[in-house]
Amino acid sequence: MRAYPARTTRHRTAVAAYIIRRVFAAVLLLLVVSAVTFAIFFLVPRLGGQTIDSLAAQYVGKGADPDAIAAIKKNLGLDQPVYLQYWHFVKGIVVGAEYNFGPNPSVCHAPCFGYSFKTHVEVWPEILQRVPVTLSLAVGAAVIWVLSGVAIGVLSALKRGTILDRIAMAVALAGVSLPMFFTGLVSLALFGYHWTIWQNLEFVPFTENPGEWAWNLILPWCTLAFLYSALYARLTRAGMLETMGEDYIRTARAKGLRERQVVVKHGLRAALTPLVTIFGMDFALLLGGAVITETVFSFQGMGQYAITGVKSSDLPIVMGVTLVAAFFIVVCNLLVDLVYAAIDPRVRLS
Amino acid sequence: MSNVRKTDTDTGKGTDTGTGAASGSETAAAKPAGAPADAFLSVRDLRIHFDTDDGLVKSVDGVSFDLKAGQTLGVVGESGSGKSVTSLGIMGLHNSQRARISGQIWLDGEDLVEAGPDRVRELRGHKMAMIFQDPLSALHPYYSVGAQIVEAYRVHNAVDKKTAKKRAIEMLDRVGIPEPARRFHDYPHQFSGGMRQRAMIAMALVNNPELLIADEPTTALDVTVQAQILDLIRDLQKEFHSAVVIITHDLGVVAEIADELLVMYAGRCIERGPAEKVFYQPQHPYTWGLLGSMPRIDREQTDRLVPVKGTPPSLINVPSGCAFHPRCPYADVPKDNITRTERPELRLVTDGHHSACHMSPAERERIWTEEIAPKL
Repeated sequence: MRAYPARTTRHRTAVAAYIIRRVFAAVLLLLVVSAVTFAIFFLVPRLGGQTIDSLAAQYVGKGADPDAIAAIKKNLGLDQPVYLQYWHFVKGIVVGAEYNFGPNPSVCHAPCFGYSFKTHVEVWPEILQRVPVTLSLAVGAAVIWVLSGVAIGVLSALKRGTILDRIAMAVALAGVSLPMFFTGLVSLALFGYHWTIWQNLEFVPFTENPGEWAWNLILPWCTLAFLYSALYARLTRAGMLETMGEDYIRTARAKGLRERQVVVKHGLRAALTPLVTIFGMDFALLLGGAVITETVFSFQGMGQYAITGVKSSDLPIVMGVTLVAAFFIVVCNLLVDLVYAAIDPRVRLS
Repeated sequence: MSNVRKTDTDTGKGTDTGTGAASGSETAAAKPAGAPADAFLSVRDLRIHFDTDDGLVKSVDGVSFDLKAGQTLGVVGESGSGKSVTSLGIMGLHNSQRARISGQIWLDGEDLVEAGPDRVRELRGHKMAMIFQDPLSALHPYYSVGAQIVEAYRVHNAVDKKTAKKRAIEMLDRVGIPEPARRFHDYPHQFSGGMRQRAMIAMALVNNPELLIADEPTTALDVTVQAQILDLIRDLQKEFHSAVVIITHDLGVVAEIADELLVMYAGRCIERGPAEKVFYQPQHPYTWGLLGSMPRIDREQTDRLVPVKGTPPSLINVPSGCAFHPRCPYADVPKDNITRTERPELRLVTDGHHSACHMSPAERERIWTEEIAPKL
């Protein structure tokens, strides 16, 4: 059955125009996010009483002499007005920047998110290095939770009121309610220490060894997926119960379709559409770092990096992770809108 | 049909008093006793009950009728009288776990109540098809109109997509949709109300069904469109020589299209017969009430419309005796040898015209000619 609008030239132009408009809006939105983030991390501390000197002192470390502080202040431009600092910050992201910590000036290539206050290591390469970890975690878990959640939700809806439905929904309630740090630790205790199936989990890049990559990720995937799968099972069940009562389901049956076709092609198709939005948001948030999962399993992902930054008040790190996370959310939202327009013909691209 | 299972152990029972000669013997043509030889659809003592938390809902409680090929049966009644439940029962669209169905539904020599769900599914959309009240909600919003018709065709015909598409466009054209090849790709929300119902009809008729059930096909439509849709159904019926059941609460709709009328009240048939008889010589106070509450454009509007007093009865605790008696203006008319708790059976009045009322035919004739007819 053809599920997409007729592919006319007019339609294609409309889609192209829509995408361009949305990308433009996304860039603007990111600019706003960066301004707000910048204000939170650089303006608010000063409003809260921190002087430029104390900010600069964070770069030098404890017991810094005034000369060093003054040098840092000048190098990082902390003595400049805030709007100029923001300008440099944005410029750094777009074209790169130059910093002068020691004897030689160091070049920070675009996109430059600055240097860690503490380690003087560039933020962007550190983030790049962690993206595969977070991405692997998120993608694998998403596949598991969508497949299992939807399957359980559909079965539960069709077998409504039976033992199967009740057990599934009880497990789902547990999944939604139990915090990640609990299920994660329990799974580690069971599979890592008691049965010693997975010991010393560490991230192996997919490109290096796909088998090892997957094997090491199974436990984090499953614990993370459990949390979401439960939610998706409940949402799918509710959606299916609603759509299976619709008039068009009766029409599908009246046509003489087999029950499986009625459920999948007519029921599930409509029930899943609202899930696309929720999935886009959940997935985007995960891409910004599965903070607790990464911490529990000691995976060096974006979430871990953010935690490091927050713990040591390393503002550039926090800024960097925040902006990258915001970028993922904006992109995923754009994708959701496009997918929505493709699957729901009633949504017009204008 | 070779796989007919015979279940005529209790054919004589029930409310049906027979349309003509009720021969109790087994009929070779696999039809219930008393059915005319050319009946395409014969329903006998159909009961559809639902178990609910509040009790057993007797939505349909002993309905019988016959319908010949090429004929139209109008089923009339208020909301909750069981007319839709009856039609969904014929189509086998009730949830088998919740609905308790008994009686017989003979479609072209096959009892659908006895047939397995798979067999009924095969017949659905193929030998019998249905159109619904609100075409916007009855069409799937995510699939194009053409795709939905193609799907209906391909369930019952092993043809490739191209052939099915050709057939679908042909049907869209037949039901009067302009530019059918282009509108094929449109979605239901891009159609107007009348167009949607036309598309529903195209979908229902794509497999040339011999029985078409139309459940309030014009209720959700503009008045101007209503007539067009009714004309379309009538034209197509002539063309395909199919049997049509039209369910409506609007007597005006069926008056011009139906050959036979069946008036339902509280899950039972209270009057049945040739349309002009039921329309011009109605034999039941409830039918009088329906006629009185119908707006008439050909008469000067001097009096207000007279609604049927009261509300439809609960189907869990159906009033004892005649289910209509709490609302019947003639409940107190003296009757011979009848106790109040006795339920009136369908009785033959004149040729093919049946009515279930305790009053004597003479008494009803008098009330109709003296009190009711002059006011209509």
